[in-house]
Amino acid sequence: MSQRNSKSKLMSAPEAVSRFVKDGDLVALGGFTVSRNPMTLAREIIRQGKKDLHLAVHSQGQAMDLLVGAGCVRRLEIAYGGTGRFAPTCIRFRQAVQKGLIEIEDYSNFQMSLRFLAGSLNLPFIPCRSGVGSDILEKWGFSQELRAGQDKLPLHKALVSPNPFSPQQEPVVFLPALSPDLALVHVQQASADGIARIKGLKFLDQEQVRAASRVIVSCEEVVPAEFLRQDPDQNAFPPFLVDAVVHAPLGAHPTACHLFYDYDPRHLNMYRQQAGADESFQQYLKDWVHDVPDQETYLGQVGAVDLTRIRANTQLGYAPGLDRR
Amino acid sequence: MNPTYTNKEMMALAAGRLVGDGDILFAGTGLSMLAATVAKRIHAPEAVVFFETGGIDPALDELPLAVADPRVMSGTSLNSGLIEAFAILAHRRLRTISFLGAAQIDAFGNINSTCLGDYQRPKVRFPGSGGACDAMSLAHAVILFMQHERKRFVEKLDYQTSPGWLTGGNARQEAGFQRGGPMAVVTNLGVLRFDEQTKRMYLDECFPGVTPQEVADNTSFALDISRAGQSAPPSQAELTALREQVDPQRLILGPLPA
Repeated sequence: MSQRNSKSKLMSAPEAVSRFVKDGDLVALGGFTVSRNPMTLAREIIRQGKKDLHLAVHSQGQAMDLLVGAGCVRRLEIAYGGTGRFAPTCIRFRQAVQKGLIEIEDYSNFQMSLRFLAGSLNLPFIPCRSGVGSDILEKWGFSQELRAGQDKLPLHKALVSPNPFSPQQEPVVFLPALSPDLALVHVQQASADGIARIKGLKFLDQEQVRAASRVIVSCEEVVPAEFLRQDPDQNAFPPFLVDAVVHAPLGAHPTACHLFYDYDPRHLNMYRQQAGADESFQQYLKDWVHDVPDQETYLGQVGAVDLTRIRANTQLGYAPGLDRR
Repeated sequence: MNPTYTNKEMMALAAGRLVGDGDILFAGTGLSMLAATVAKRIHAPEAVVFFETGGIDPALDELPLAVADPRVMSGTSLNSGLIEAFAILAHRRLRTISFLGAAQIDAFGNINSTCLGDYQRPKVRFPGSGGACDAMSLAHAVILFMQHERKRFVEKLDYQTSPGWLTGGNARQEAGFQRGGPMAVVTNLGVLRFDEQTKRMYLDECFPGVTPQEVADNTSFALDISRAGQSAPPSQAELTALREQVDPQRLILGPLPA
């Protein structure tokens, strides 16, 4: 067997966040609305008081909403902010936009996907046929002046230009590539050196990881690299893209993690209640983020009953019959 | 006669009836989930449901509450990601039909799911496009769900999230779209379609008990109601499939009729 570089990148969430998250970073969040949000990492970012983050997401739910609500986010590029039936529009996100507390730029899901894809391939921009005639292209959240003075922002939100390869010269949308400083993803399994395995839908995690300069992976299970190398077709990205591996069982709670646990309707309903007003949201942050130093304490607070209730059936990948009202 | 079904049930079934056997359905959650699933159970068993998150043809033994619900990852023919899902949405050979809802719609089927008021400082912020703008841009056709109210059927959108027939006539083609556009709007009052030539919305069917004038009264823009017919009420088979197989927990259907 060949010699392999198997340097361990295993570290605690506090160490990973303090080493690899910087104020002002352009951060991509993995997962999608109610699934695989990097919640353990998001809570640690809030505890460490990181600020002026520039989030870039496609459809995000709980991690984005918590970071926005906690005041860590200055700028947001987004296609969709919601957690399905629990919050059709993310609550702190909605309030922050309505009060003008954050700078926001809207794209569509496909557009954000292509921008991350372009970033991952080191393309300068990428064309698509999505959105001609829409206000997504007409109305800019980040002004031209803001863009001119910012190395993390492209000069234009998007451009519409005739297709140079077609005799019809039909309008085509050109989108700037997106290359985040940092990607945060939560996966089912990882090895200490950073091989990652995602089960169920991969969403945009692979493109986000490949486009980012730094990557923190949190995982349900740390498994031997040899185990992941026995079935490499199943792996999501190679270890040398990853800077830190954080063992975080239930690290996506209250969002779901396919084959491990469902989303937690009781917690998400409680969050909806408390996020509605500033005072009760501050209480939520105190109870569930600031006064909770680590993942074990957090899980103790959620409680064995609720965690058992959402435990996934290993054949179906979710918790059948879970009361989701 | 007392109604024996709810508005939501009628809407899900009316939209489901528009689905063809073999259609590839780009589903969101809520009513679109119900419409797609009930169509599969009743008249379109070969229709395939997929989600922008990358879940292709899931078993749907339980109703997903979000497009990233782990229930869209179970029993699929393929679990993938967003890029792969949009490749199916945009596939030239496939009849991809998308279901979407929105906060506002105009006479040409352009929709707003972003905000009310000024974009920079909105009165009300909604979740945003998600895949809506992409479905309206790339799908073979789109079925829209709306609550039929004057404040939602408006002359001018506060924000045009997703392109429908744009300004009508050939505008969509001239903007470079190769196909697609909204085919129907299903509301709590009936089904609306778009004129072949002008691409302006007209009333095609009223639900049982609804008059064409009632629909016009709930629409802010001038609406052609001269072609309006009546929708068939739900059949017992349709209601049974919807209630017993599709959403037995009534997670989306809500309370049974009184």
